[in-house]
Amino acid sequence: MNTTLLFVQALNGLQFGILLFLVAAGLTLVFGVMDFINLAHGVQYMLGAYMGATLAALTGSFWWGLLLTLPATLGFGLLLEFLVFRHLYERDHLSQVLATFGVILFLNQGVKAVFGTAPMQMPLPELLSGGVPVMDGLLYPTYRIAILVAGLAIAGLLWFLVERTRVGMLVRAGASNAAMVSALGVDIRRLFMLVFGFGAMLAGFAGAMAAPILSVEPGMGDNLLILAFVVIVIGGIGSVRGAFIAALLVGLVETIGRGMMPDLMRLFLDPSAARQAGAAMASMLIYVVMAAILAFRPAGLFPVRR
Amino acid sequence: MKRQDIAIALAIFAALALAPFIGFGQGYSLTLLARAMIFGMAAISLSLLVGGAGLVSLGQAAMMGVGAYAVVVLDHGRITEAWMVVPIGIAAAAAFALLTGAIAIRTSGVHFIMITLAFGQMAFFTTSFFALYGGDDGYTLYNRLEVFGSRVLEGGLVFHFVCLGLLIAVWALVQALLNSRFGRVLQAARDNETRARAVGFEPYAYRLVAYVIAGAIGGLSGVLLANAAEFVAPAYLAWQRSGDLLFMVILGGLAGPHGALMGALAFVLIEEWLAKLTEHWRLIFGPMLIFCVFFMRGGIAGLLRRG
Repeated sequence: MNTTLLFVQALNGLQFGILLFLVAAGLTLVFGVMDFINLAHGVQYMLGAYMGATLAALTGSFWWGLLLTLPATLGFGLLLEFLVFRHLYERDHLSQVLATFGVILFLNQGVKAVFGTAPMQMPLPELLSGGVPVMDGLLYPTYRIAILVAGLAIAGLLWFLVERTRVGMLVRAGASNAAMVSALGVDIRRLFMLVFGFGAMLAGFAGAMAAPILSVEPGMGDNLLILAFVVIVIGGIGSVRGAFIAALLVGLVETIGRGMMPDLMRLFLDPSAARQAGAAMASMLIYVVMAAILAFRPAGLFPVRR
Repeated sequence: MKRQDIAIALAIFAALALAPFIGFGQGYSLTLLARAMIFGMAAISLSLLVGGAGLVSLGQAAMMGVGAYAVVVLDHGRITEAWMVVPIGIAAAAAFALLTGAIAIRTSGVHFIMITLAFGQMAFFTTSFFALYGGDDGYTLYNRLEVFGSRVLEGGLVFHFVCLGLLIAVWALVQALLNSRFGRVLQAARDNETRARAVGFEPYAYRLVAYVIAGAIGGLSGVLLANAAEFVAPAYLAWQRSGDLLFMVILGGLAGPHGALMGALAFVLIEEWLAKLTEHWRLIFGPMLIFCVFFMRGGIAGLLRRG
């Protein structure tokens, strides 16, 4: 593995980390503000990808597809909140895990029923289909750089909203002490609805952005959901800053691990076994990191003070 | 109350014992019942954690997976004698539970759910790395286990009664554990950890022991599941499977092991019935799960108790 390859892997890792952050941000706020476990957050990401691909095909334009995905996923998130989630706020984590698990089963199957099991493709926009020379003799896909830039811009916007606005202040306060914020006369339910819809929209946006470089298929949100949970647990539940740092960490460990592990394994195994072992080791690596971090800091890297 | 719970469990066991002779004797329905009983054991083991100790684990499928893969590894080495394979499968799952539980039990609440999920995923990815054992595609066993060199377990009826016997043993064990001093400490720590500590009990050790016992029972059910299907794949360990197990426990009700038993039987049978109705049965099953959470707080056991 040479430096160029490592550099490309690092860029891929950052880009994956950014996507993870967009999914994890909504999850950590919902978790932090309402103490609510939403396993169905991953399917919001999947729905974003499907809506993006469908809307792009309908309008004939990638850009319209991406743009229309935002209100579509926001609306769908609010609908789910109204139908299912608001009845679960007062219930224990176990009930929340189960009911949102039911939502996953339903939506994964629903997508299968409507779109079939074959993966869908979302075409790249022409403007972003080429490559950008980032080093001597190395073209890096423009679209991946666009994801990185757009993701960072949204992360910046989110940071501004959460850290610098009044609503953001209430959300942060709600994450550290919901009862107190509620006692101060803030409608915590409405605040939560807002956070929830916004989180669904971010996850949907991440899905639509990832759609052209991934295959859009049923269940694609499930594994990402687990990684997003790893992110918010490592970062500290309720902390947007923690989620950001942990998402980049997880993205880098996952991607660079995937790139390096097979090479590392090749020292002891034959090439095909090394490839397989490397992929499995890379998938495990992130859980090892999580277990190690939790063993020393049970509340994550940046716990929200309570 | 307790007497009623035991009566319910005994009635189910009697029905399961009679089932092969009243129209459920065909190969297919026997396989289905065996599957239901095997998941019953796994659900009972999980109910010891969730109902007894208040530990919501999303990693119980991994315990089944470790037991199932122990069978695979031994089968590949042509070791198929039940008296060797079953204890090894149980011990492997218990060891996995001890290692992961030692870390997981240090956390609580949401973190416990997440960390058990993470360990489950680690086991899941480990199994997909076993190229020797089929990787993602899974592994088909050469044969079912032998008992003293004899292939008696190949017979559907024998396998049915072996599963039933073990199910009764597992139920009795968990029932006895919950009613013992050990179980009362677990439940006291679940209800009020501070008070349990104040009285002088350290919950950590009790919870860890419960976690290892649940892991061991999970391993046993994994060994049986591998033999029932004569096939093992990483999908056995997928986190969605752990979600299914949790649902079985809740569907039945947290009141005791008889609840988990009813939940598992109902789950497997409903799943089978819906799958026959439509290919997209999860479209019905998902909302059903949500409705159960909304409206059936005590589970099936709670309904029976009210009635």
